[in-house]
Amino acid sequence: MANMAQAIRMALHYAEENLGVTDIFGEDVGMPLGGVFTCTQGLKTTWNSPLDERGIIGAAMGIAMGGGRPVAEIQFCDYVYNTIDLLKLAGNTCWSTNGDWNMPMVVRTPVGSGIRGSIYHSHSFDATMTHIPGWKVVMPSTPLDAYGLLITACKEQNPVMFLEPKALLRVKGEERIPGEPDDDRQLSKMIDAPLGDRTQWKAQWPALQEYAVPFGKGKLVREGNQVTVVSYGRTLPLCAKAAATLADEGISTEVIDLRSLWPYDWEMIKASVQKTGRVLFVNEDTEVTNFGEHLMRRTVEELFYSLLAAPKLLAGKFIPGIGLADSLEMASVPQQNDITDAIRKLAAEQP
Amino acid sequence: MSRPRLIKEASAPLQLEKELLLRIHDLMVKTRALEERLIQMYKQGHGYFWIGGPGEEAFNVPLGMLMKVGQGPDYDYLHAHYRQSGTILAFGEEPIGALRQMKNTATDPYSGGRNFAGHFSLKKYNVAPVSSPIEVQYAVAPGTAMVQKRHGGDGITIVTGGDAGTAEGDFASCLVWSTRPANPLPILIIVTNNKWGISTAGDDQHGEKHIADRAKAFGIPAKTINGNDPIESYNELKTAMEYVRKERKPYFIEAMVSRLYGHSSASGANLVGNEVDCLKQFEERLEQEGHMTRQQMDELRNRYTEDMAAAARQVRDEPQPSPDSIWKHIYAEDK
Repeated sequence: MANMAQAIRMALHYAEENLGVTDIFGEDVGMPLGGVFTCTQGLKTTWNSPLDERGIIGAAMGIAMGGGRPVAEIQFCDYVYNTIDLLKLAGNTCWSTNGDWNMPMVVRTPVGSGIRGSIYHSHSFDATMTHIPGWKVVMPSTPLDAYGLLITACKEQNPVMFLEPKALLRVKGEERIPGEPDDDRQLSKMIDAPLGDRTQWKAQWPALQEYAVPFGKGKLVREGNQVTVVSYGRTLPLCAKAAATLADEGISTEVIDLRSLWPYDWEMIKASVQKTGRVLFVNEDTEVTNFGEHLMRRTVEELFYSLLAAPKLLAGKFIPGIGLADSLEMASVPQQNDITDAIRKLAAEQP
Repeated sequence: MSRPRLIKEASAPLQLEKELLLRIHDLMVKTRALEERLIQMYKQGHGYFWIGGPGEEAFNVPLGMLMKVGQGPDYDYLHAHYRQSGTILAFGEEPIGALRQMKNTATDPYSGGRNFAGHFSLKKYNVAPVSSPIEVQYAVAPGTAMVQKRHGGDGITIVTGGDAGTAEGDFASCLVWSTRPANPLPILIIVTNNKWGISTAGDDQHGEKHIADRAKAFGIPAKTINGNDPIESYNELKTAMEYVRKERKPYFIEAMVSRLYGHSSASGANLVGNEVDCLKQFEERLEQEGHMTRQQMDELRNRYTEDMAAAARQVRDEPQPSPDSIWKHIYAEDK
């Protein structure tokens, strides 16, 4: 099965062949590197930009206004903060012009911890990005969802922020991308650029099929009836694993992969919380004014009388960065044990 | 404190044909009458904020006249700033649109009552939305130019901003992205230099002799011109646009202009006595060379002043946007 980096690459290939993507660009996105996480190797519309994040977002906006369909990359989300007013502008262009102009552009950026990236390669961007109206914001946790969400993103008439959990980029999926060969080694030979001289190399793309994951639809990863856990990105597989572990202890946990942060699947969350009465939101962005806080507020306001326990948020610590030392990173963002403990406590809490 | 200085005195004979001179003059008067009406509306409480370009007509009108106006990459894209009513009127927009934006009515054609005066936006004419941040357009403009370069034809991208905005990184981004050796872009980069950033004097902030010199460092042909002279503006813009259209490479113009009514209503929107008035100066020359009489010019000014007053009365009775319209157009599919 493809890993998430390969899935992203295949989605972009599909999109430039079938959905009119005209420019896939950013720092080191074109040859010879094809992206620092290899997500853009072998694609035909890639090019390397100057090392200028504001230029990258600005150019994407201009290309979109000119009738092109850009997919811009910011190498790490830690560097996208430099472009925050341009993101605001891209988000308000349709609204401020009373619907005259629209911005069909996709921005991809890797987010989160898990690669020992230290202070400037580990941050999350979901809390900040969901604070900018006019964008659609998605974050996959599996290669197939990455493929399907990116295809939807490339069909959008609106700006889309595609957040890539960098800890999961090398993790193989459990589901096949439609059109992907059965043999992983064969796929790798076809689409992974060789080390060394790549000047003569060309990708051999499999016959990919369209598979679009709609925005605003979550995925029920595991059914349960005692506790609901809502997560996305890097922490989602940890939540699924915690639920499996706790099942052995007799705790039944329902796990929702939000996938799409804006718009998001409130109906799925609501139905689950009404069933379980207990909910834990998990993500790794810093915990103050966290997107999970919005979900908690809505839970309290709309589902208060369905609750058997106070809703909980497990998120990153509110500290200025994630330190390089393993002990520092592990203490800063939710880990497997933190999630298991939090679910266990929530399941045991009595009104 | 320093004030804008003319690069050269306006004493040479008028070099354009009479018909063109009269057309430029007509649009300059129309623009001035519009801006004065906008200021009046603001002062009468028929708007919350005024910002505009009285003092820039001699540059902005020729710019609009020379643009290839239409929609899509075959035509020129304009990434403007908020002092360019002259440009918009020059390619045929009716002034009542600007009045509607000042009154923030539902009929405001540029933003539906959502944005400030002077914040034009017209997809049908490739006018990108004007944004209050003074520099962002410099980062966005290379994108449309890239599309045009690839598309072919002779459509170009024009980006304008003030001298204060050149302190921002987006200005550097524009110079860098427009001159990548692998893909130089068909873009006319303009700085209208009124030597002020709100209340910050340019001489206190700019170490470079001319802002145009910064473009020269990137190998871009660059000129500092007298933007208070409509003939010089017309000729220099024509040369620049022909170069960009043909060569598909950038060109840079720094136009020295006046700021006749200060920064905006925030600084009072009152006439500043010691700035050069490009319209007054041009009229003296037109009269001197026998193209128009004082009486003809006065009549024209009065007619436009009356037209604007009538339009303002009409706008006052038009509806405000409904409160629930805030939810419209957050996304394109809501069109």
